[in-house]
Amino acid sequence: MGIRFVLMVNKQGQTRLAQYYEYLTLEERRALEGEIVRKCLARTEQQCSFVEHRNYKIVYRRYASLFFLVGVDNDENELAILEFIHLLVETMDRHFGNVCELDIMFHLEKAHFMLEEMVMNGCIVETSKSNILAPIQLMDKAS
Amino acid sequence: MGSQGGFGQSKEFLDLVKSIGEARSKAEEDRIVLHEIETLKRRITEPDIPKRKMKEYIIRLVYIEMLGHDASFGYIHAVKMTHDDSLLLKRTGYLAVTLFLNEDHDLIILIVNTIQKDLKSDNYLVVCAALNAVCKLINEETIPAVLPQVVDLLGHSKETVRKKAVMALHRFYQRSPSSVTHLVSNFRKRLCDNDPGVMGATLCPLFDLITIDVNSYKDLVISFVNILKQVAERRLPKSYDYHQMPAPFIQIKLLKILALLGSGDKQATENMYTVVGDIMRKCDTSSNIGNAVLYECICCVSSVHPNPKLLEAAADAISKFLKSDSHNLKYMGIDGLGRLIKISPEIAEQHQLAVIDCLEDPDDTLKRKTFELLYKMTKSSNVEVIVDRMIGYMISINDNHYKTEIASRCIELAEQFAPSNHWFIQTMNKVFEHAGDLVNIKVAHNLMRLIAEGFGEDDDTADSQLRSSAVESYLRIIGEPKLPSAFLQVICWVLGEYGTTDGKYSASYITGKLCDVAEAHSSDDIVKAYAVTALMKIYAFEIAAGRKVDVLSECQSLIEELSASHSTDLQQRAYELQAVISLDAHAVESIMPSDASCEDIEIDKNVSFLNNYVQQSLEKGAQPYIPENERSGIVNISNFRNEDQHETSTHALRFEAYDLPKPSVPSRIPPATLASSTELVPVPEPSYPREIHQAASVSSVSDTGPSELKLRLDGVQKKWGRPTYSSSAPSTSDSKSQRPVNVLTQPDGVGSINSKARDVSYDSRRPQVEVSPEKQKLAASLFGGTSKTEKRPSSTNHKVSKTSSHATDKSHVTEGVALSSEIAAKKTTPVQPPPDLLDLGEPAVTSSAPSVDPFKQLEGLLDPSQDTSVRNYSADGATKTPDIMSLYSDMYTSGLISNVPNPVSTDRDEFNLTSGLSDASDRITLGGNTDMHSTQISNKGSNPKESLDKDALVRQMGVTPSTQNPNLFRDLLS
Repeated sequence: MGIRFVLMVNKQGQTRLAQYYEYLTLEERRALEGEIVRKCLARTEQQCSFVEHRNYKIVYRRYASLFFLVGVDNDENELAILEFIHLLVETMDRHFGNVCELDIMFHLEKAHFMLEEMVMNGCIVETSKSNILAPIQLMDKAS
Repeated sequence: MGSQGGFGQSKEFLDLVKSIGEARSKAEEDRIVLHEIETLKRRITEPDIPKRKMKEYIIRLVYIEMLGHDASFGYIHAVKMTHDDSLLLKRTGYLAVTLFLNEDHDLIILIVNTIQKDLKSDNYLVVCAALNAVCKLINEETIPAVLPQVVDLLGHSKETVRKKAVMALHRFYQRSPSSVTHLVSNFRKRLCDNDPGVMGATLCPLFDLITIDVNSYKDLVISFVNILKQVAERRLPKSYDYHQMPAPFIQIKLLKILALLGSGDKQATENMYTVVGDIMRKCDTSSNIGNAVLYECICCVSSVHPNPKLLEAAADAISKFLKSDSHNLKYMGIDGLGRLIKISPEIAEQHQLAVIDCLEDPDDTLKRKTFELLYKMTKSSNVEVIVDRMIGYMISINDNHYKTEIASRCIELAEQFAPSNHWFIQTMNKVFEHAGDLVNIKVAHNLMRLIAEGFGEDDDTADSQLRSSAVESYLRIIGEPKLPSAFLQVICWVLGEYGTTDGKYSASYITGKLCDVAEAHSSDDIVKAYAVTALMKIYAFEIAAGRKVDVLSECQSLIEELSASHSTDLQQRAYELQAVISLDAHAVESIMPSDASCEDIEIDKNVSFLNNYVQQSLEKGAQPYIPENERSGIVNISNFRNEDQHETSTHALRFEAYDLPKPSVPSRIPPATLASSTELVPVPEPSYPREIHQAASVSSVSDTGPSELKLRLDGVQKKWGRPTYSSSAPSTSDSKSQRPVNVLTQPDGVGSINSKARDVSYDSRRPQVEVSPEKQKLAASLFGGTSKTEKRPSSTNHKVSKTSSHATDKSHVTEGVALSSEIAAKKTTPVQPPPDLLDLGEPAVTSSAPSVDPFKQLEGLLDPSQDTSVRNYSADGATKTPDIMSLYSDMYTSGLISNVPNPVSTDRDEFNLTSGLSDASDRITLGGNTDMHSTQISNKGSNPKESLDKDALVRQMGVTPSTQNPNLFRDLLS
């Protein structure tokens, strides 16, 4: 399975994007997001970018006001997930140009589309930025 | 920036997003969202909404759900949007649906059709959108609806479609492996796809497949190695590069696969050495991604057949990680070290300082990782310091999840490597004191068993020293407030069993302490039950030793209080205690032998001791026992039932009060059916249609008298009963059939029957305790891991030798074998429904009808219970066996129930039988545990999955640093 969920949360703890690769009910999502956000936001820059939470490992990375949190299985390569987050940010950067929290908020569906291209069934399937963005650009042109 | 508030977005939407963005608190955000829900509920149902507007509404719904509120009112509109012709709207619709619905949602059926249509679309982006949805929404049932199309798409001209089709197939495999087993070869084909994206995606399903079945994919080793080589040599398009690394994510996936394929396979591994070595050499260690690949190489090297050169390179990489300032790299280094020390334990030495640093680090993640490493390094030489640290950390954290985990690890290590009995008891005390409510109750039972059996040394003095030190430490601790229930249970049990053994403490001192416990924890019935039983043991030992028993006044009042308890279990115990005290020394000794918790009880499966009884009954005119499969006349019973049903259904509604249960049946029913009704009704037919009959059974209370009480209880327990015996039984008249029992039970020495009954019932309980998969696991963790244990295995041997010294006992191993052969035999006989605990009451009921031998029936009950329970055990660990306390109480309840429907039989007979049962159950705690040996022996070493699970569990841990301990590294690392 690998990746269980991808979350984007700002530093106030408000969810900006949530994608789960296993089904959780609304209540479970709420509780999980609350717990892990509290845990990750309390950590300092020097500490590990990995946090164990229940049976997940959470790999997180902060960009300005936005935290990217990825929940993974225990046997996942944490450093690779850390770089996967960066790849996602670079990809969004290429599309939006200097991406910020508001870009994601105003174009929530596009952020999701990019994630859909990169991750399927909890696995990283595409890492070429041009491949990720091609369908989104085509859709933009068509509409 | 620029794209903010781009075209097509209404002011309303922009305002909403802005207000959510500016919300300063969760409450404010909730207010905004709730208001939005109200607005949308109104708007979304308006007619003729422009499509763009609708898309915006759908996105607003996504926001509502994302922020934790229910948007189910709008799901249907998202479903509708998937029908749209516009690609953007369609994809948005699919996105919303995948975010809202799980695969079992009712609305999915509406989407399957759309997906089918879209999979055939000429526009490959539409196909991609549909395939995305397939990966999220198709469940096992709907796989066949789209499977052919997905398979076709594997050969699509667009690489992105092929990639997504591979992933859709992967998803089907995850959901239902059997539905796509014939298509697995497609993954192999796609591995050779021209497009690196398709190849990269195919690695995901292949990884899953190889994880499950390595051997079928050994032929691919060369292919994987070649691909990895090409990737590392930058043959892939530049667009896959990430921070100057060629396709690092594909490299990592390939290394993971190679690690699986090369594990324990020298031949396969030899193909990998060169490429892995090259990658390790070339890795750019200044970037995160370079280190990620390097780490994956370390994992691979430590998994495949060892190669000294590569191991050296891995050790170098690890030391670089550990020396780094980055906590992330240190973390990876500790993890890598944990993997590598399995192969070359000596490398830990050079990193002592780094490891200690990590252990002392305030970063919790790092600390836990280090504890995981220590756990892997634990030996009998360093167990004390490691467990000591672990307990210190355990006390310092609040997170119950980790507390539980670390407590169980402490217990595991202590059990494996304990250097001395004293240390072990002290350690367990600490763990129980601070995490007693978190650890599995089985651990407590295990501890009791360990104390009872001793540590396995042959000399008994060590064992009795262990017990004395346990008793002493418990007497010290017992007064402390807020002890966890599980710990108190252990304390009570040990004090009851061994409190007075060494003569150091008087019975009145121990009983006083036990009473204090019961009083201080008046809300905890389980602890009270343990305390009362412990009291009974102490008194019994006193009586057996010929000493006079002075029941303390506080004990007296406790017993009186409990004999009026709401808990039938406690009542039963209190009455039993009183009964035991009044017996003479000889009787007490035989029912409550001293230090007999490890003894096995011999079982007379043929109940030959009852032959006399049967003979006498037959002479007095009783019907001979007819084996179940030879019985006829079931038809008669069902006829009778129909009559009964018919009669009662005529007055389904009753307005007068129900009659009180009476011992005899009202005369409304003709005498012929009268007798049969009392005998048959308590045992419901297996095919009995409960729904239909419910009204009838309620209204027939007065007809069948007390037996109905039982029927309704059955309903509660969801039990269908077992096939009733022949209708020939009813033919004997009621009054006549009772007499022999009375005659028999009175003159007969109750004691002998009693103790035998105990044996039999003991047997019936035992398999249920035995099969608990959790217990097996515990036993496995206790006695498994022979490779690194010095002491544990001997305990098992010890047990066997101990039992074999018991002339009449079979060894556990053979017992296990005997049991399984019995199962095989059982399978040929007609299947009886699994008896539940209530069945134990039945033999007592039937004892009033001597035409059928009650004990034969009892025997009949026992076997299926073994049968089913053993089958449960072999099936899987999912079945949860009731814990021992619930067995107790259920048992007693059943004992009590048996009194109710059978008021005609002699009271004395009833009482003795029940108390016989309870006597046996007093010993269950131990009996159940000792029996784990047999299952454990057969289980040990043959369960790689379990050990994998355990390993996964093991990977989460941490530590608390206190002051620097100068002796630490010497202990840890020497």
